[in-house]
Amino acid sequence: MAVSLACLRPGQSGIVAGFDRVDELTQRLMHLGVIDGTPVEVVRCAPAGDPIEIRVMGYALSLRRSEAEAILIDEVR
Amino acid sequence: MGAENVRKAPVLVTLGNPNTGKSTLFNALTGLKQKVGNFPGVTVEHVVGAMRLGERDVSVVDLPGTYSISAQSPDEIVAVDVLQGRVAEIGVPDAVLLIVDATNLRRNLFLASQVLEMELPVVVALNMTDLATTQGISIDVPGLAAALGVPVVPIVAAKSLGLGELKAALLDAIERGEPARLRLNAAIHEAARAFAAEMTAAGHPLRRPEAERILIDRGGFAEKRLLAATWPVLEERLATIRAGLAQGRDLATLEARDRYGWINQIVGRVEQRGPAPRNWGQFADRWLNHPVYGALLFLFAMAAVFQSVFAGAAPIMTAIDRGTRGLSAGVLARLEAGVLSSFLVDGVIAGVGSVVVFLPQILILFAFIILLEDSGYMSRAAFLVDRLMRWCGLSGQSFIPMLSSFACAVPGIMGTRVIGNYRDRLVTILAAPFMTCSARLPIYTLLISAFVPDHRYLGGLVNLQGLVLLAFYLLGIVGAVGTAFLINKTFLRGPPTRFLLEMPPYRLPNARSLVIKLVSRVKIFLKRAGTMIFGVAILVWALATFPRADISRDAARPTAHAATVQLEQSYLARVSRSVSPLFAPLGWDWKVTAAVLASFPAREVVIAVLGTLYAVENNQNAGPDATLISRMKEARRPDGTPMFSLPMALGLMMFYALCLQCVSTIAVMRRETNGWRWPAIAWSYMTALGYLGAFACYQLGTALGA
Repeated sequence: MAVSLACLRPGQSGIVAGFDRVDELTQRLMHLGVIDGTPVEVVRCAPAGDPIEIRVMGYALSLRRSEAEAILIDEVR
Repeated sequence: MGAENVRKAPVLVTLGNPNTGKSTLFNALTGLKQKVGNFPGVTVEHVVGAMRLGERDVSVVDLPGTYSISAQSPDEIVAVDVLQGRVAEIGVPDAVLLIVDATNLRRNLFLASQVLEMELPVVVALNMTDLATTQGISIDVPGLAAALGVPVVPIVAAKSLGLGELKAALLDAIERGEPARLRLNAAIHEAARAFAAEMTAAGHPLRRPEAERILIDRGGFAEKRLLAATWPVLEERLATIRAGLAQGRDLATLEARDRYGWINQIVGRVEQRGPAPRNWGQFADRWLNHPVYGALLFLFAMAAVFQSVFAGAAPIMTAIDRGTRGLSAGVLARLEAGVLSSFLVDGVIAGVGSVVVFLPQILILFAFIILLEDSGYMSRAAFLVDRLMRWCGLSGQSFIPMLSSFACAVPGIMGTRVIGNYRDRLVTILAAPFMTCSARLPIYTLLISAFVPDHRYLGGLVNLQGLVLLAFYLLGIVGAVGTAFLINKTFLRGPPTRFLLEMPPYRLPNARSLVIKLVSRVKIFLKRAGTMIFGVAILVWALATFPRADISRDAARPTAHAATVQLEQSYLARVSRSVSPLFAPLGWDWKVTAAVLASFPAREVVIAVLGTLYAVENNQNAGPDATLISRMKEARRPDGTPMFSLPMALGLMMFYALCLQCVSTIAVMRRETNGWRWPAIAWSYMTALGYLGAFACYQLGTALGA
């Protein structure tokens, strides 16, 4: 059962399962390597818990919680 | 262009992800032979440099860093346009130099996969191979070259390693002209070719790569441009083609899967990752990006920047000031007093000198901003402040343009191009001119050192003058944020926009890149000082010197009285006097009014004008050592009270803080928003704010204190 990336706490990781929508944001995320089957880890949150920093494909990417909600995650650990 | 008879120099285009050392490589290849230009019609900047390859001169076009050529922003559509030769002044590129970061092969190969399908000769520069090695990454370069079907040259741009081999490969690619021929999805490729042919036959020339972007990026820039230029029924045609291709799936998803599938295969074969040593960057981010410590360190860093801008530049500024005064004294000693010597001393030397004197501060500020950008800290700052900026309608991405606007709003506004969303961009553009640019610094410095007492606290660590300067920087931020908030709550309402930002690895800034960027920015500043500001200084001198008063014609050397008479019946005085009642509630006399009016084209002119006004007035009775500051302190109102009281000086600073007195900013705004509407709104709004601010400051301050 996939959950949204926004639900993960710093230190948790999982595998990208897809998106809950199709738009320019999700297209750009895919181009940046956030694509199904890719491991992703939530590294930390900015002050006030937003935006969040994730690691994907060996680099760090920051995005807002509202954007992270579009990313579905499997195998959360 | 059509000038085929004149064979121009071959064109090389550099392309790559942001933060891959692209500009470092470009600078290493072309050195200082660079020109900054703009693509016609769109507001994307490109830098053109020259390079020698064997016996040939090659011009190198540096495109903005981009992760993908899917056309979501003007930057990306320009990349597509240049690559398919749609930009007339560049023509079809003879080769593409694609920079790929060896430490981040997967993501970098995404753009590569797109570029390799554009049927152009490509050379891949595999950059930062030294970092890759220290991170335990080894890449089979010949294997990668074979997989991509183009030459791959390992380099270290920051250390100029591998550039010889790279140049040889580029020369070879240009001479052979053999295009890369990657084709990942034959169905999409064919559909795009057919659609391009169909459109071309219907009278709208279209090339396959752009047709492919139109098909894949539904609702994207390329599609919008096509629909705007053609006919609306095309939408149905596009939908039909897409439905046939995707068969129930989404084309964009299909593209990304195809490309990353291909990439994963290649990377699996050619890349080997050993045990990675401790990653200092990730360790540093635990502190630098920490919600509490990171925010504190950020504040500390900003305070340090401003402290060094103010303190570090002081000795050089004193030296420049002394030099100008020496020069003036020399001219006065050699030339007979009259219009010529007055022109040279009060017009030329005073005008240029009082601008050049602030060059040290501008240099230091620019250097800091470039260092923050190049080290990778700028993105961390954006991350830390995004939430803070969002409530007022700005984003963390607006932060970088806003911070650049501390140096100058022009590069700041130009920097908003990285913001894909138009509304976000517009809000940032309208807010940016409030940030305390370096042109405001001279008037702040002058008025603060003249009228704010030099009280020191905490054993000399903090002084009141520095605090007041900080307060005016904060005022600029408040003005920007308040404006953004206002706009967002009124006529630019809409859903929140996005914030997707790479946190690039920390890197030691490259000295050569720093110097080249610094030189080019200083050049722009001096160009303005040398033309616009100088021109205004001369104009104001002329307005203050003509028409000549009768008295001065009689005397060989005009007395102080004659100089005063001269000034008081000059054109400048006449104009300023007639409008000065408007500014009397701000505590300004006609001279301050004149200086403010004259500085509407470029605010830094105010110093030059004040210098001219007060130098002209007191040229004879004050010694050559009397600086502008002491002259301003001596100025009196008719009732004998000082002209420049503290509330009046603070009010004047307030006016300069809030008013849009910069022709360049207005011009850039017009270009970036495609019309006069927004610059006109911004100018009226900011002028009104400046007036109200100065009014409140003077009236309240006078009522309370003096």
